[in-house]
Amino acid sequence: MLDYAVAESDMAEFWYIRPGYEHAVQKHFKNQQEPEVSLESLIREKDFNEAGKGSAEVKNLLKRLGVNPDILRRIAVAAYEAEINVAAHSLGGAMLSNIYPDRIHMVFLDNGPGIADIEQAMMPGFSTADEMVRELGFGAGLGLPNIKKNTDALHIVSEAGDSTMLEFLVFFNNNGQ
Amino acid sequence: MPRLSEIQDLIAGTNLTPELDPTQINITGGYAGDMLSDVMSSAKSGQAWITIMKHLNIVAVASLVEIPAIILAKSNIPEAAVLQKANAEKICILSSPRDTFTISGILYKLLNPDY
Repeated sequence: MLDYAVAESDMAEFWYIRPGYEHAVQKHFKNQQEPEVSLESLIREKDFNEAGKGSAEVKNLLKRLGVNPDILRRIAVAAYEAEINVAAHSLGGAMLSNIYPDRIHMVFLDNGPGIADIEQAMMPGFSTADEMVRELGFGAGLGLPNIKKNTDALHIVSEAGDSTMLEFLVFFNNNGQ
Repeated sequence: MPRLSEIQDLIAGTNLTPELDPTQINITGGYAGDMLSDVMSSAKSGQAWITIMKHLNIVAVASLVEIPAIILAKSNIPEAAVLQKANAEKICILSSPRDTFTISGILYKLLNPDY
């Protein structure tokens, strides 16, 4: 299991909640409800052939569950960006998807080396991606902003030299109810 | 709504995924770009994606965004594994000797005949 306690320590932290979703997001974290389905997969460092498989698996499952195509796309894009981030920038990690009747909660946890400045990393166009990552068409500094754009809540906890935890929520109905 | 086969003829395209039939694929629009995040953020389902990128991730991106066709500009040809994956995901890959700008112009004209 992934440890949520890190969010309460004094590490660098970023929170975004889409306006209007404050109550629903708060309820999610407060209630600690058991998910209907959980999926977990590993993400290996610089393995761009495998990265994306976890997101595709989640997308296919949600599609079968009948999630609205526009919302499905938002989840798929956010998940893929987050998965690529772990592969491109970290020493590897894992993704965990918790699916509830009305929402999905995805958690990406890596083995470091952490984000030095989260606010800076959130700025469109800022990237620390290396040449290999850029040659593959990533590293434009659009990943985190893209995740934020497509999710109803985004939470990142990190510290330079340590691991990064990124989690997001997307509700299957547009109003978060 | 044009079919992919009409576009293929106009850009001298080669179908690298012969298991998929371009006469059966409708194209609603187009998007050109090589930055995958930009494509994921802005391309729309049903569009043809014009790019010079040819690695495996293009299939993942096209699949996520529900793009039915990728047009590789400047005669780019991906590795067999990419084509295999594209076939499996039902994403048709065409390769054209024209560059991204030219293909975009041709597709734009086809989609907007009155322009």
